[in-house]
Amino acid sequence: MILDFSSNTDYLVALLPEGLLALAAFGILLADVFQRGDRPEPSGAWTAYAAIAGTLIAAAANLWLLLEVDAGPGLVAVDGFRLAANFILLSGTLLALLFAIDYQRRESMHVGEFYALLLLATVGMMVLVAAQDLLLIFLGLELMSIAVYILTGFNRTDPRSAEAGLKYFLVGAFASAFLLYGIALLYGVTGNTNIADVVDRVVTGSAEGEVMLLAGVLLLLIGFAYKVAAVPFHMWAPDAYEGAPTSVTGYMAVGVKTAAFVALLRVFSVQLAPAADFWTGIVWWLAMLTMIVPNLVALVQNNVKRMLAYSSVAHAGYLLVGVAAGTAFGRAAALFYLAVYTLMTLGAFAILSLVAGKGDRHMNLADFRGLGWRRPALGFGLLIFLLSLAGFPPTGGFVAKLYILRAAIDAGEVTLAVTLVLASLLSYYYYLRVVWKMYFEEGADHDVASSNGSFRLGAALCAAGVLLLGLLPGPVLRGFEWAGSDIVGGAAATTAIEAPRPDAPANPSAGGPAP
Amino acid sequence: MTGAPLGDLALVVSAALFAIGVAGVLLRRNVIIVFMCVELMLNAVNLSFVAFSRTHGIDGQIVVLFVISVAAAEATVGLALILAIFRHYESVDLDLFRRLRW
Repeated sequence: MILDFSSNTDYLVALLPEGLLALAAFGILLADVFQRGDRPEPSGAWTAYAAIAGTLIAAAANLWLLLEVDAGPGLVAVDGFRLAANFILLSGTLLALLFAIDYQRRESMHVGEFYALLLLATVGMMVLVAAQDLLLIFLGLELMSIAVYILTGFNRTDPRSAEAGLKYFLVGAFASAFLLYGIALLYGVTGNTNIADVVDRVVTGSAEGEVMLLAGVLLLLIGFAYKVAAVPFHMWAPDAYEGAPTSVTGYMAVGVKTAAFVALLRVFSVQLAPAADFWTGIVWWLAMLTMIVPNLVALVQNNVKRMLAYSSVAHAGYLLVGVAAGTAFGRAAALFYLAVYTLMTLGAFAILSLVAGKGDRHMNLADFRGLGWRRPALGFGLLIFLLSLAGFPPTGGFVAKLYILRAAIDAGEVTLAVTLVLASLLSYYYYLRVVWKMYFEEGADHDVASSNGSFRLGAALCAAGVLLLGLLPGPVLRGFEWAGSDIVGGAAATTAIEAPRPDAPANPSAGGPAP
Repeated sequence: MTGAPLGDLALVVSAALFAIGVAGVLLRRNVIIVFMCVELMLNAVNLSFVAFSRTHGIDGQIVVLFVISVAAAEATVGLALILAIFRHYESVDLDLFRRLRW
């Protein structure tokens, strides 16, 4: 099927996964309200299962788009890059749902809105990774952010959750305004919000007012830097991550970062590649600072949740190296990193939430003493995730860092590569400190709750995925390499640099070399 | 810009409003005022879009409609969050909300 976006129904097809997921979210919301009425009882377990079903259906629709649909230029991209990112986002959502079922049961705050909001946030992320238009980027970002603000402050009875939600909201809205001002300036310079057209003006030099263009790109970059929590725009992240209900922390650490990074890669490393002189220097410094600062701060954290929050900021720094590389392999390496990061971060936060117990009380390092002996399966799972976060073989984290390093060295960014290695060495200390507590110190006094089936399934999937990507990264990486080069505008950017090929297809067939 | 004095003036006003909004967010400690300053920033951008659409056609004005509806959704969530935290602290002073610190 070929879409040329001449009629509006083409957009319905191109946005089929997003549409189905939104339908599932609204269905859950409505049916839950009618079923519960005004009785203060928890929602039925079906809400969670419906959300899982919706995610799986959206993934099926995404697969259909990948195999059957090819599209011309439009407001949304139908390319391998978007669809690969969608798979990462949907698997992250699925795992987050599995963990959330267990978490909601333990915290007895089982309500349908939670699942509906989770799905709506995912819809926003998917719109964000599909957007080919700056306005659509703004709308996707807001749809994602507004749902995540609510999820962060979801546990209203806990002052920490309310505080985290409020701080995240204020900083997030502040950042959105910067992003929007950047969009306004780019619109002012080029007279269009479509990224491809913006680039045309940049390349052909018909844009008047270079200062305004520079300011626009800069503001756009600041907006994105806030969303991916790059130093020095990261202040909100540790607070928001620590205060949010732990099942939400894992989801927002993973989903928001993936979506924002994919959009960042699309806008900057592909569409704004001709204007690379404007932004590579800034991204270089952002990557540098984001690798060093959070790793140093994480060293002194005694609260494991906050330590993981800083570690998640540090991982944004490693990913920024992939952005700074700016090549197709850099994009593929970033996608691979995001996939591994999704599995290991969700797994680590899930086990943390189980150890922390009701009300998230036991989150200090001391609470992990002897965990490896008292609960061998739980301890072993956490061991895998921590080793992967630190980047030890044979886990996926090691391979992912290796690919990012290769992308950086291929692109000549040796300083960044060396910093990445040194920053990883630094991070060993705080990851291994938890491992030390788990296996080499006497037991803590609190009992760790038992998990239910959905938690065990989710954790097993995460651990298996991390190990599989570490031992057999080849097939997945080849898929992502294809996705990193199958991106709207990607072919044009390459041909502009290399010798111009008149017969180069604008968009390679999406059906052919599927992974 | 291609000689549209009124449009240029609007851009200057918009930049000034945006700067006032940024300053307010960074300097004020009352949550409600900080929130209003964020709204001021968004509306300053709206003014820019309208000013630009004098030269570029209707697109900018359509963007403004989207931004207004997003800002409304954001206001709903923001005020709800402020209400939730007010129930705990009986205050809207940002400096008091420091349970999350390292």
